[in-house]
Amino acid sequence: MGVIEVADLRKSYDGVVAVAGIDLSVEAGEVFALLGPNGAGKTTTVEILEGYRRPDSGVVRVLGADPRRAPATWRDRIGIVLQQSGIEKELTVREAITRLARVYSRPADVAATIDRVGLTEKADARIKTLSGGQRRRVDMAAAIIGRPELIFLDEPTTGFDPAARREAWRLVAELAADGATVILTTHYLDEAHQLADRVAVIAGGRIVAEGDPSTLGGREQRLARIRFRTPRVSLPPDLRKLVSIELNGWTEMIDEAAVSTLHALTGWALEHDVALDGLEVIRPSLEDVYLELAGETP
Amino acid sequence: MRLLWWEFVHHTRVFWRVPVAAFFTVAFPLMFLVLFNLLNGGARIEALGGLAFAQFFTPAIAVFSIVTACYTNLVITTSMDREDGILKRVLGTPLPPAAHLGGRVLAASGIGLSSVAVMLVVGVLAFDVRVLWGRLATAALVLVIGAACWSALALAVAGLTSNGQAAPAIANATILPLAFISGVFFPVESGPEWLAVLAGVFPLRPFVAAFSEQWNPLVEAGFPLAELATLIAWGGLGALVAIRRFTWEPSTKIRS
Repeated sequence: MGVIEVADLRKSYDGVVAVAGIDLSVEAGEVFALLGPNGAGKTTTVEILEGYRRPDSGVVRVLGADPRRAPATWRDRIGIVLQQSGIEKELTVREAITRLARVYSRPADVAATIDRVGLTEKADARIKTLSGGQRRRVDMAAAIIGRPELIFLDEPTTGFDPAARREAWRLVAELAADGATVILTTHYLDEAHQLADRVAVIAGGRIVAEGDPSTLGGREQRLARIRFRTPRVSLPPDLRKLVSIELNGWTEMIDEAAVSTLHALTGWALEHDVALDGLEVIRPSLEDVYLELAGETP
Repeated sequence: MRLLWWEFVHHTRVFWRVPVAAFFTVAFPLMFLVLFNLLNGGARIEALGGLAFAQFFTPAIAVFSIVTACYTNLVITTSMDREDGILKRVLGTPLPPAAHLGGRVLAASGIGLSSVAVMLVVGVLAFDVRVLWGRLATAALVLVIGAACWSALALAVAGLTSNGQAAPAIANATILPLAFISGVFFPVESGPEWLAVLAGVFPLRPFVAAFSEQWNPLVEAGFPLAELATLIAWGGLGALVAIRRFTWEPSTKIRS
């Protein structure tokens, strides 16, 4: 039996469906990402798993228990990063983490935990004086101070700069290497790709795709578009057949192998002395990828 | 028990880190105490049989600081912390919810009781307030029961207040009018009788009366049974409402 078992989970708020029948199974030690746009049902799903919300129907088992009825000993085994920090900003980092360390039965060392999230230099600074990324790292420290077996991270890197993001990713990878199970929600495809062993793409309260994150990354590559001002000289037939749109003086091509197409295109342009004005390769927005995935729903 | 102690320490620490809260809860009543006693120095209150002003006002404003700490302050901080997701965060840890709320109540009570002590000492040293030593134990009992009652009412009101932004307004709107008719600033005996009767229905007047009586050398010392019974009834009602209506999550739920 997995760490998390969910069958046909449903939840509505005042008639608005947030989760419309989700099945999940997460094994011990896995890093599992719920990827989806805002309003997809990610947070509702995770908050049901954390015990904050009561599902309308469905079976939920987390660490073998129903989260709504689970005792304090169950919460002793989980760590949570919520979207909203929920830590008093008047305290110093050390005070906040020390206070939380006291409520767990086998806490990690406070100084070591603060060091682990990279806040040793800020340990005695009031949390309100920290940057958004640093505050999020306090939340991370708060989630892991109890040495949890299962960690929930609800959009843990939203608001991070790229360096802080990589730092957070390193930390999650480290926790996973220690054997913790990690459930992560994110709307960053690269984050899911980077961290997760398995990804479920969620849209409109349903899981529209699930599997190895590299296949999702592949889809992203496949969708890349090449765009440039329509040249006066017409394209050779082999490139011509890749053109998807020609509109208002712009030509757009779509191909699974964007690199080789680009190579062929620029080679042809050099040979015929054609200036490809405004040439760009457009990676799909996350919405494009979601839409494509949603379109593939069986 | 150990966790309750640490939560008490935690909430006391957070309280003193917010200068605005500390000012309104502790410094404000102290300022009233000093100003009113200075302005009315030497005056006697005829409605109270010629009681010295300081002997009337010092215990009345002192006992009111229990209300500012355990009611006004507790309503505001609890509602705002709920809005900031602090209560929700705690619920996700093994900390028993009762230890968390108990820590809040104990911290507020500690702040209120220290504030009362400071004001009484200032009253005795600076404004010749006389201590009636034989009644001090009863006075202390009134304070403890009052702190419990106002804390219960605060948690009830925090439970009924869905919007953290509105909490300061609600707390002040419920308590300030009562303060004016309950003998905190003016003796109720100088007003119409029906107003005193009306005030007696609410918990503030019995609280102030039960405490002030322990400082009034012109009246017989008696155990304020009726007043304490009223307080306990209100406290019980507050506890009931708090148990039924207290919520841990922000009103504006993030749903995604």
